Amino acid sequence: MEEIIISTLQRTMIAGTPLLLATTGEIICERSGILNLGVEGVMAVGAVVAFMVTMTTGLPWLGVLAAVAAGMTLSVIHAVAAITLQANQVVSGLALTMLGLGLSGMLGKPYVGKPLTLKMNDIAIPYLSDLPYIGKILFFQSPFFYLAIFLALGAWFLLERTRLGIQIRSTGENPRATETQGVNVFLIRYLCVITGGGFSALAGAHLSISYSKSWIEGMTAGRGWIAIALTIFALWNPGRAIWAAFLFGGIFVVQYLMQPLGISPNFLSMLPYIATLVILLLISLKDPKRLNAPAMLSAPYNRGER
Amino acid sequence: MIKITTSDRYDITPLRSLMTNIFSLVAGLFVIGIIFLIAGVNPLYAISEIFLGSFGSLYGIKETVTKAIPLILIGAGLTLAFRAKFWNIGAEGQLLMGAIFSTWTGLTFGDHLPSYLIVPLMFFSGFIGGALWGIIPAILKIKYSINEVISTLMLNYICAEFLTMLIVGPWKGSTRFGFPGTDNLPEAAILGVIPGSRIHYSTLILSLICAVILCVVIYRTRFGYETRVVGENPDAGKYAGINFLKTSLILMAISGGLAGFAGVGEIAGIHHYLGYPASVSSGYGFTAIIVAWLAKLNPLYAVFSGLFFAGILVGGDAIQISLGLPAATVEIVNGTLLIFLIMGEYFLNNKISVHVSTKSKG
Repeated sequence: MEEIIISTLQRTMIAGTPLLLATTGEIICERSGILNLGVEGVMAVGAVVAFMVTMTTGLPWLGVLAAVAAGMTLSVIHAVAAITLQANQVVSGLALTMLGLGLSGMLGKPYVGKPLTLKMNDIAIPYLSDLPYIGKILFFQSPFFYLAIFLALGAWFLLERTRLGIQIRSTGENPRATETQGVNVFLIRYLCVITGGGFSALAGAHLSISYSKSWIEGMTAGRGWIAIALTIFALWNPGRAIWAAFLFGGIFVVQYLMQPLGISPNFLSMLPYIATLVILLLISLKDPKRLNAPAMLSAPYNRGER
Repeated sequence: MIKITTSDRYDITPLRSLMTNIFSLVAGLFVIGIIFLIAGVNPLYAISEIFLGSFGSLYGIKETVTKAIPLILIGAGLTLAFRAKFWNIGAEGQLLMGAIFSTWTGLTFGDHLPSYLIVPLMFFSGFIGGALWGIIPAILKIKYSINEVISTLMLNYICAEFLTMLIVGPWKGSTRFGFPGTDNLPEAAILGVIPGSRIHYSTLILSLICAVILCVVIYRTRFGYETRVVGENPDAGKYAGINFLKTSLILMAISGGLAGFAGVGEIAGIHHYLGYPASVSSGYGFTAIIVAWLAKLNPLYAVFSGLFFAGILVGGDAIQISLGLPAATVEIVNGTLLIFLIMGEYFLNNKISVHVSTKSKG
């Protein structure tokens, strides 16, 4: 029993990792006032690029870098459409997802079903990993897990405690006033969208080279969309995103735990999606005012307009 | 030095709007060509194969019309929702729910009723199924301020799993030799097709009627006006006393219901039984988003843009076979075209002038 609980929690952390990475990226992006619905597509591209590069070069970290670069490049499309050309951000993001899923399917076709022999080894943190129970759960994990936590805390620090963070947040709340303070609103938004894309691709890289170690089409399975929901659940705060993501990681793991109980596997597969709706409903019921979305989220900014 | 200035354009004519769209599509195809080139395929050959495959032969045209039926139905419904800025991304799930409801009706009553009763009954139940799945996000949005993009998408996944649960479990047909899927619909419940094709004409006629009716609803009724106000100026709508919940419920019932119709057509017209979600609909709910956008949110234009994107689906299948490209190619084409369409709007709405002056600064 004890072992089951430990391994469940261990897998929860791993399942929550891509959600945390993607959610952190989306929070940075949305805080600057840009809604990016392209997460799912960028994640898929990140997954396939990381897999391809790792498979051909044998260097997983090079794969990760390539994935992040690809994700950032792809996000430039959304940035140009949404920021410079003031296009509808919902449609632009959807288009990015379609394009990303398509590109990943095309690029990844020769790699379907090929297992990655090379593993990204789990890292044991000295001393801490010897702790009873939590040692194995928290300190003997995939490097992506530590990276995700570190980046989420870093994003929190950046947004809440630095000058640049204030500029990002005020860009999302009131771009016109921010610009009068000499801040380049366009530059800030470009940086945030592109950074967010890098985070989504990182989440994808984790899925293909650490989580499942193989590539199949559609392997992101809606995780990008769940990350967008988690952004709301986390109230646009990367600190809250940490436990939100791992709560959802737990829901992904519970599916496998409940399978032997004779419950329909299709019903269990519904759980993360139902949970997303239930959680959004609960925060809305609890206190609708706390949904403090950035005031100018998804509103295009036009310099000349008064 | 060169100075670029932009100003609002006030003289947007239908012709200029059409030309912008055509130019955007051509620019999009150019980029798709580059992607083909990188993938090691001759771009001119691939793009001409797409259009030859869909519009270049009688067989291609028949298939294109067949695939246009769901796209027109869903696309027309989405124009209504998008006008109210209700981002219904869940047409795929609404289509599947329509398919589930109508399959139940067909299997339950099909043996006892004549064709002229069972077919309308199936369309009715398909509409109800799609509409029910459509009004859930409307309630969630207006009552609980839950983002409809998220809720409609989650409902897609939930519906697909629910459908699979039915066909591997309680609804598994006795004639399927243990494979997932329901039994075939009774003869009376199957829609007639134009001989030598897969065009189920009753759904085709229905889709055209729906597009016309929706056009009247949007431009000639109070409800149509209210949906436009909800989308364009919600504050004014609140002061004018528009009931947002009622308006959203109705427009999502229509949008979802039309997707449900499309589901009935796919089941009763083409497959004749309920199978895996991916075989019931090849992403029509998502492609229809682009159909609605290319149609400038006008349901009548959705007929033409529906045919155009049906052609891309058919042509995409053709190049998969002839050039060995993966199925995902169609998604690349769709995504790229959509990006160029929305980018093109900027150049429609803004006048861009470039001033070149020889004088140096200062």
